[in-house]
Amino acid sequence: MSILFPLPDQDILDRRDDIIAGLGALLPPDCLVTSEDERRAFETDALTAYRYIPLAVALPRTTEEVAAVLAFCHEAGVKVVARGAGTSLSGGAIPQPDAIVLGLSKLNAILDINFPGRTVRVQAGVTNLSITEAVSAEGFFYAPDPSSQLACTIGGNIGMNSGGAHCLKYGVTTNNVLGVRVVQMDGTIIDMGGEALDSPGLDLLGLMVGSEGQLGIVTEAVVRILPMAEDARPVLFGFETSEDAGACVAAIIGAGIIPVAMEFMDKAAIEICEAFAKAGYPLDVGAMLIIEVEGSAAEMDAQLKRIVEIAHRHNVQVVRESKSAMETALIWKGRKSAFGATGRVADYICMDGTVPTGQLSYVLKRTAEICADYGLRVANVFHAGDGNMHPLIMYNVNDPADCRKAEQAGLDLLKLCVDVGGCLTGEHGVGIEKRDLMPHQFTPQDLNQQMRVRAVFDPEWLLNPAKVFPLEGRDAA
Amino acid sequence: MSTLTAQLVPETEAQACAMIAEARAQGRTLAIEGGGTRAGFGRPMQADCVLSTRALTGITLYEPAELVISARAGTPLSFIEETLAQKGQMLPFEPADYRGLYGTAGEPTIGAVAACNISGPRRIQTGAARDSLIGVRLVNGRGEAIKSGGRVMKNVTGLDLVKLCCGAHGTLGLFTEVTFKLLPRPPAEASLALDGLDDAQAIRAMSATLSSPFEVSGVAHLPTGLSGGAPLTLVRLERDEISLAYRLQRLTDLLGPFGAVRRIGPEESRAHWHDIAQVAPLAKSATPAIWRLSLPAHHAARCMAAISASLGARYFYDWAGGLVWLAVMPNGDAGAGAIRHAVVEAGGHATLMRASDNVRARVDVFPPLGAALMKITAGIKTSFDPGGILNPGRMYAGV
Repeated sequence: MSILFPLPDQDILDRRDDIIAGLGALLPPDCLVTSEDERRAFETDALTAYRYIPLAVALPRTTEEVAAVLAFCHEAGVKVVARGAGTSLSGGAIPQPDAIVLGLSKLNAILDINFPGRTVRVQAGVTNLSITEAVSAEGFFYAPDPSSQLACTIGGNIGMNSGGAHCLKYGVTTNNVLGVRVVQMDGTIIDMGGEALDSPGLDLLGLMVGSEGQLGIVTEAVVRILPMAEDARPVLFGFETSEDAGACVAAIIGAGIIPVAMEFMDKAAIEICEAFAKAGYPLDVGAMLIIEVEGSAAEMDAQLKRIVEIAHRHNVQVVRESKSAMETALIWKGRKSAFGATGRVADYICMDGTVPTGQLSYVLKRTAEICADYGLRVANVFHAGDGNMHPLIMYNVNDPADCRKAEQAGLDLLKLCVDVGGCLTGEHGVGIEKRDLMPHQFTPQDLNQQMRVRAVFDPEWLLNPAKVFPLEGRDAA
Repeated sequence: MSTLTAQLVPETEAQACAMIAEARAQGRTLAIEGGGTRAGFGRPMQADCVLSTRALTGITLYEPAELVISARAGTPLSFIEETLAQKGQMLPFEPADYRGLYGTAGEPTIGAVAACNISGPRRIQTGAARDSLIGVRLVNGRGEAIKSGGRVMKNVTGLDLVKLCCGAHGTLGLFTEVTFKLLPRPPAEASLALDGLDDAQAIRAMSATLSSPFEVSGVAHLPTGLSGGAPLTLVRLERDEISLAYRLQRLTDLLGPFGAVRRIGPEESRAHWHDIAQVAPLAKSATPAIWRLSLPAHHAARCMAAISASLGARYFYDWAGGLVWLAVMPNGDAGAGAIRHAVVEAGGHATLMRASDNVRARVDVFPPLGAALMKITAGIKTSFDPGGILNPGRMYAGV
């Protein structure tokens, strides 16, 4: 595999016993993982091609314990990799041998639910879905809904600015977080934002969201919750070709219609997901859109009527509305299990890039060509409304040549996203996966400005230091 | 470009880079100016030169089918809005026009809207300017052209410098081009009105509308005397005709327990919300100092009761109570001590939006920050503008 990690700092490795003793003075034994067997559970995340066993794993229970651990590591010069649930697809939580992992799993309390103010205060290790579960009886939900929402944590979501199928209407994490409590590398605890809609001074909250564990460790967050729509109805639209489906997406948005979700699946993805979820997806089409509308029955009927008219202008072959809550659940189960279902068929890497929606058809065509050139299969399942592509490149993990081809094809696809006016990331972050492509999107001046901002928070590059910024050129900033 | 003059007017980004680099080399400070309509917003500045965006104009990209527009920073906001209206689209966050507030002429620019994160009543539903701003090009204080974000909805790769610079009031860089995401303009609007509610009742009624699934796009309350007579609570819907009729009825039912609900037609509704966005109920008189309070809505009524108890204050609520516009007498500290004490207690913060240079030099205009946040703020300023030449001291002394 081609992505390099920095050479481990031998001095840190030599001082491992002292470092563990120091951490042991700050945390009870069940909050500190030191044995090799147990540390191995933290060696990678959802980008499993890269594995490094960390020096130790700290699992603090409070913001104050996080602060104590960070202050100690700052003093001792030990690198720290934050970890939520370890579901990052870009390798954001992969450790390195001379770093400790700081896991958020014990910071898992919902601290306060404020229905009149429509906010929830949570610790960072709370899972995404559990926020919605805690407020759904009162008719509310937390909007960003990544496919991994059952497992992924709000801290990880903040680190990666995660999105999901329903972000077309409701925005991504950064649009749904009002405040964070952050521990800086030197142990200082600060609040950015709060319960008010605007934060005072510079928008440090906006900077913190999506900063991939590079600026500090988020231990608490205040998130907005929204009232659920009266009703929601997903509709399946089957098209002969991916190009027709892509053009239909652009036409719907161009007509001034913003459905709550517009998800795209190509033929390969439909077959894989249908075999797994039995959701009733049409198998005789070349591409499918799941378009969800919300509101009262009459409102949904009116909006769907307009969408169906547009779809007919783009040669839609099949239109199938959900007729029951069970069918709706199945339709979404099929979509949200796309990654897992693909994993039953083949090893895959899931790419994540964003393109202007007007370029969808072209990008789908080029995606097929690029993967075919490498002799690889690809399934496309993604958030079409905001142009967030997720090509799943299938390969054989036990064949080193296949691995290299898959990685190279993925990089080619990401460059394609940049070249048509989009960007390297959608909602998975840069991590290590896209780190070395950053110069394709940014000039040295752009990157240096980002790195100078980074240095304000962590001048010694101790926080998740292998990620986001290319290893070369860091000194120039 | 050989010597600096009192006015620098770059026509291209490259010229702006050269001018800023030269100013840095000469240790000259620059006051960034768009249309000049919000010059009274922020701490008073002493700069050597004005750096104007007035020659950096024009829409550089408009893709209606992708709901995205890019324009050079000096492009008049009115031109952007007219262009969007022709395609039935709009800036989601309803940028407010403060010419009435500051008694200024001139044309507000799109760059200043981004630099000051100016949002209007619709912010409650569709987010602030910072939520719609998806890409920027700027020149930092080193004279380097920097881009962040892009033209796609999921826009940020690496650190989100777009949000960091939105609302930084030009202290981090000169925007040369800004990119916003857009929304379709709903074809119909109407409002519902309730008369005579006290503040606490109004806050509860407003909260009820936002806790409903009916997606209200404006929720404001004007206490006694601010709309001419009795207190007035307003709730706006912007939808297509079918949905509008349905939701007006549902909201009327929902608000029934709070009193008689009146329906207000589109023209009167537009007039009301225009006034609220421009702070017209308070701005008409040029005398008072004007504050803008951002706070958790459910604490707003209590906070305003505390402020009213110690100051002769006139105020109204927007954003369902999450935003309070407050007018006080401009003498002394313009009420800063009492206002900030009460608003911090309520979990919010206060910005002094309008007062004489004299008052704004004495009183913190932007919310005071703790030592740790101030240290970060100063560090970020230095990372963009090591010479401290761009809008020096506009937000915080020494930054």
